[in-house]
Amino acid sequence: MTTTTAEPGIAAPVKQKKRDVQGSGRLAAVLLSPTFLVLALVVGYPIIEALRESLYQSSQGLDANGFVVKGDKFVGLKNYTDIFTGAKSHAFWNAFWNTTFFTITGVIIEVVLGIAMALIMHRAFRGRAFVRASILVPWAIPTAVSGLLWRWVFQADGVANAMIGHQILWTTEGFHAKVAVIIADTWKTAPFVGLLALAGLQLIPAEVYEAAKVDGATAGQTFVKITLPLIKPVLLVAVLFRLLDVLRMFDLPFVLIGAHKDSVNTLSMLAFDEANNLRYGPAAAFATILFVYVAVVAYAFVKLLGADIMGDARVRKTAASKRAKKRASATQEVTA
Amino acid sequence: MASISRMTRWTVVAASVALAAAACGSSKSDDNGGSKTAGALSGRGPITLATGKDTSGNLQNLVNTWNQQHPKEQARIVELPEDADAQRQQMVQNAQTKSNAYSVLNLDVVWTAEFAANKWITQLPKDQFDLSKFLPSATKTGEYRGNLYAAPWKTDSGLLYYRKDLLDQAGIKTPPKTWAEMQQDCAKVKGVNCYAGQFEKYEGLTVNFSEAVNSAGGVVVGDDGKPNVNTPQAKQGLNFLVQGFKSGMIPKEAISYKEEESRRAFEKGNLLFYRQWPYAESLSNKKGDSKVAGKFDVAPLPGLNGPGSPTLGGHNLAISDFAPNKATALDFIKYLTSEQTERANLIASSEAPTLASLYDDPELQKKFPYLPTLKASLQNAKPRPQAVRYGDVTAAIQEAAYAALTGKSTTDQALADLQTKLGQLITS
Repeated sequence: MTTTTAEPGIAAPVKQKKRDVQGSGRLAAVLLSPTFLVLALVVGYPIIEALRESLYQSSQGLDANGFVVKGDKFVGLKNYTDIFTGAKSHAFWNAFWNTTFFTITGVIIEVVLGIAMALIMHRAFRGRAFVRASILVPWAIPTAVSGLLWRWVFQADGVANAMIGHQILWTTEGFHAKVAVIIADTWKTAPFVGLLALAGLQLIPAEVYEAAKVDGATAGQTFVKITLPLIKPVLLVAVLFRLLDVLRMFDLPFVLIGAHKDSVNTLSMLAFDEANNLRYGPAAAFATILFVYVAVVAYAFVKLLGADIMGDARVRKTAASKRAKKRASATQEVTA
Repeated sequence: MASISRMTRWTVVAASVALAAAACGSSKSDDNGGSKTAGALSGRGPITLATGKDTSGNLQNLVNTWNQQHPKEQARIVELPEDADAQRQQMVQNAQTKSNAYSVLNLDVVWTAEFAANKWITQLPKDQFDLSKFLPSATKTGEYRGNLYAAPWKTDSGLLYYRKDLLDQAGIKTPPKTWAEMQQDCAKVKGVNCYAGQFEKYEGLTVNFSEAVNSAGGVVVGDDGKPNVNTPQAKQGLNFLVQGFKSGMIPKEAISYKEEESRRAFEKGNLLFYRQWPYAESLSNKKGDSKVAGKFDVAPLPGLNGPGSPTLGGHNLAISDFAPNKATALDFIKYLTSEQTERANLIASSEAPTLASLYDDPELQKKFPYLPTLKASLQNAKPRPQAVRYGDVTAAIQEAAYAALTGKSTTDQALADLQTKLGQLITS
């Protein structure tokens, strides 16, 4: 709270204050400009470039000698209309539903299992630290590697079939392929949800539970009325992270089930396939659609369920600055 | 990517304007894109060899020998991922940025057309290789529109692995030459599945499908470069597999087999016959891991009315169009494909060579008894379609074959669909 002492007779104090604010705004802009520059380079440029690319198609024709005629052609929204209504629409809608299905079922199962894991980890028992550490192992394994592990489990003469005593060819087309992907995905990511939920659990003060006990609440009531509402903020963040993650799922179905399988094709896999066959325009269009889909889901999630990701921080910041102000004025009083 | 190509286009325009201004009236022969590149391999100095993970462990030795002889033209191995798709991707990216990081490329036989048509690799001078010494089928995989773009280095072809012990017990003297004979043999041996291959939806399915079609006298893409897969012969070929799955001749789980899964099934003793590449021969003969060590042998693949036509695999060596020191690169390729080197590599790694004479060498035959069988197979072997858009072509083949094998569509429908699809993809 430093106030510049106004030079007498040069300017009115009000005007000076305004100019000062402008000056600090400019200073802030200058100081932040490297960050903005970096963000523009690593986030802004690729997005704009992908958008631009999605409006072009590269030629794939051959000349008389059998050489590819190079060059890009501006095609407007053709890449998008191809995807929504043209030759690729079947593959697109199939991948769209697959992606959505994996997202919804996967996240629901992961949240339920994650909370269960958190409740177990929250209990005080011997070897708790060991359980907590070991529950994180799946999360630490790279997805492609866990895909390979699960392919081994799900192969024709693998562990999964031995356990159920019935031969299912998991990696062939069909609903079972989806099930295999969801099992492997849950195995890997439920611990992540569990760990975040555990952090939420540890913030709940013991008195609340004691009060509930005194009031004669059952275990179920305690869970629904106390535990869930109190871990909700943390849980919503976990769910949001998982949503964004599953929507762009690629490596697990690709490694576990394989490419070009309608049952598990996701939007990312379609984009990859187009790019792999040197059709960068349609690939960029697929990626853009996925980007928009992810953005819409995230926005809707934040709006509808009130996952207060930014707001929380803002409240905390204002509280902190208020406290700082108070402290500053207090010191001023002391020094005065 | 696009912006780069646009930028280079302007550079090219600017450069050609400058050149035209500087060398007004020079010859106009430059525009004849066909054959001018052959003599233009110049520049000497260090080079790199971009190759997939060397599973044989012998490549470094070959490169060391070269480096000792050529201290000023050292070669260095750049190891790419083990997965073939990932290798192709890195090479393509490298070519699109016109990077000079890779000099010599170790290309899968099915990539030649794509790399040549995009001018990512340089045409090789045919007259500097003694092509008559190479297996003709292998040489063909390195050609695009009659010009040589990649030198045949390693070759591969499907073989029929069979349980010699079980056939002997059943009193069968020779391995089957036709599909009908194979089915008769299976009827005589009980308690073991008859036949398998690689039928998972991946490149291996393209290989197995092409083998079935070719072995019944059909083609996927004809010699004229036009797809011709909707024929009675192709139908008989595909039906062999479809009926095989239906009748139980091929076990149900074979639909999920890649090379390793089928090898495991054979080594467990679950299969009487199966189609596999030569690499499994030494692995399955290792005692301990394999229950069939010493109990099996290999033969050429059977066909509809006689010996079948296996599909060609293998790798060729090409020179990146963006590499400096192309003269050294050419010498290096000649060195790797020389008789001495291929011989040494065969002994050390048991990888099949491309020089025909090595298959007839009695000393080598003693060490690798399957060499005559492999040579006979290779002489009948057919390449997969040589298409510029091979990625789309193989995906279309896999789609059609998988649909037929899983009963999602009839053989007729699958082949008709495939013919239409290939017609759109292959424009020649």
